[in-house]
Amino acid sequence: MKIVVCIKQVPDTKGGVKFNPDGTLDRAAMLAIMNPDDKAGLEAALRIKDKTGAEVTVLTMGLPKAADVLREALAMGADKAILVTDRVLGGADTWATSTTIAGALRNIDYDLIITGRQAIDGDTAQVGPQIAEHLGLPVISYAQKIDVDEASKTVTVERLYDDRYHVLKAKMPCLITALSELNDPRYMTPGGIFDACEAEVTTWGRADLKDVEDCNLGLAGSPTKIAKASDKVRKGAGEKVVPESCEDAVDYIVGKMKEKHIVL
Amino acid sequence: MDFTLEKKHEMARALFKEFAENEAKPLAQEIDEQHRFPRETVDKMAKFGFLGIPIAKEYGGQGCDVLTYVMCVEELSKVCGTSGVIVSAHTSLCCDPIATFGTPEQKEKYLVPLAKGEKLGAFGLTEPGAGTDAQGQQTKAVEDGDSWVLNGSKCFITNGKEADVYVIFAVTGKVEKRGKMLKEISAFIVEKGTPGFTFGTKENKMGICGSSTYELIFTDCRIPKENLLGQRGKGFNIAMHTLDGGRIGIAAQALGIAEGALETTIQYVKERKQFGRSIGAFQNTQFQLADMATKVEAAKLLVYKAALKKDEYTKNPKVSYSMEAAMAKLAAAEIAMEVTTKAVQLHGGYGYIKEYDVERMMRDAKITEIYEGTSEVQRMVISAGLLK
Repeated sequence: MKIVVCIKQVPDTKGGVKFNPDGTLDRAAMLAIMNPDDKAGLEAALRIKDKTGAEVTVLTMGLPKAADVLREALAMGADKAILVTDRVLGGADTWATSTTIAGALRNIDYDLIITGRQAIDGDTAQVGPQIAEHLGLPVISYAQKIDVDEASKTVTVERLYDDRYHVLKAKMPCLITALSELNDPRYMTPGGIFDACEAEVTTWGRADLKDVEDCNLGLAGSPTKIAKASDKVRKGAGEKVVPESCEDAVDYIVGKMKEKHIVL
Repeated sequence: MDFTLEKKHEMARALFKEFAENEAKPLAQEIDEQHRFPRETVDKMAKFGFLGIPIAKEYGGQGCDVLTYVMCVEELSKVCGTSGVIVSAHTSLCCDPIATFGTPEQKEKYLVPLAKGEKLGAFGLTEPGAGTDAQGQQTKAVEDGDSWVLNGSKCFITNGKEADVYVIFAVTGKVEKRGKMLKEISAFIVEKGTPGFTFGTKENKMGICGSSTYELIFTDCRIPKENLLGQRGKGFNIAMHTLDGGRIGIAAQALGIAEGALETTIQYVKERKQFGRSIGAFQNTQFQLADMATKVEAAKLLVYKAALKKDEYTKNPKVSYSMEAAMAKLAAAEIAMEVTTKAVQLHGGYGYIKEYDVERMMRDAKITEIYEGTSEVQRMVISAGLLK
């Protein structure tokens, strides 16, 4: 069985988002990480690999620096890595990105494609389903659980809604978009890191994309024009405490205030 | 000379940092208070290969270098000195001597499960009357048919009751050296559960309280003859070789503790307000922090240099890293003590309270000046190298 996981290098938004004066993201000022939904998708693929011996390929499109997330994926246990990078692909919106990735995927054998639900820098959730559309594949989005049956070549997926989930079954090949709730991704291993740094990352450019037209690529091929970008209003997850008495509640709050040095 | 870390080392550091923050830090205070061995953290470290970092892949290890191992101990120790020493004692004091002196059969039987983290290792040299003075050993091993029979005890053994495999030193006879009769010391591999091998007192320590520090007792403990590690009579050399490596691990632990205290203090002085401004705005605080950071950086360079030197040794056994290891441990341990003491001072009254990490860090730092050779022993090693 062959699985391709599409991953993206994104700025770590944990410490807040930083913008350039022109409103675009200041990526240089933010740490780059593997997009959390994509990491959960990779973990799901690696768990299938642990069970069935599947081959896991990771693919990303981006600047040459995006090879870092591919190496991280290799250090977690992925088998092969492909970087799609070319100046003409820069500035792509979701349409041009999905066109590019589909063009790359046409060169590869796969039974299953897994993408993250959405990237934390754009939050569109469009690229995964668009890739499936380009390739004429069934798509199951918002997966919170994935089971593969190699014998019948099917996947059974729990698709999460706000208040319930659907259980869907699809014939492979198909595409699944993964939620970060799907699992806790594994750590890399030190030996995995050393191997990953020696491993070859296949690099493809525009010329390697199959059945795509130039007019659908890069900035020129992107129908989306960004008028304005802003950070989301952030609310912490908060902490729910159920004290046994009013006194306990007061003690707890005062304790927290002491911890933050608000009171002595 | 290039002070830039390679990509693989940057990635490894990021891994250890993430692991330490997510897994070791949340338990650090609890295991300290409860004097509880963090088995759950050790199991996770085993799963992700942290217990066999510098061991060759053919023996179940990760096939990385000493610098990577050092960064693992350092990052763990930034948040939890106990977690750092568990990895250090296991790797440097048990895996390393078996990897260096073991027979192919011993490596297959003991090193593979140790490096995979299926088993935990420990090292028993110290006795009530033989710490710094290894010739003071009382534990004896007598050959009897196909066995060695051990009698005696070891004290202050890190990973004591939690380990599965122990490298133990014992007197196997007397030899004449330069007209003097000296004890002949040999090394052995002893498995937990061997009849006659029991545990004595659990030490109630000042710091690294989560670490399992026990007395080991051997009463007519019979071990197979093939468990002699290295040649008979070469125990002292094996112990000294092992401690040279161990010192790099402890130096990394001390470095991590110092770095952890510095980072915690930088955060604190930004938050804590006195006389209407953050205490970080006072020149005293700034100068203290500058001194602390400078010393930490100096310690780091010595520790990393010692690690690189040991890496060089693995490629060319003629290279000695004894001086570098002793210097790294001496400096890092004394700097850890100094930096953590200053960290407590800068925290004021809060620094003396157990809820604050620097209180634990100061207690944890002290042991790094004592175990695997006191600072005084490091000075002896260094000066012996200078004057030979």
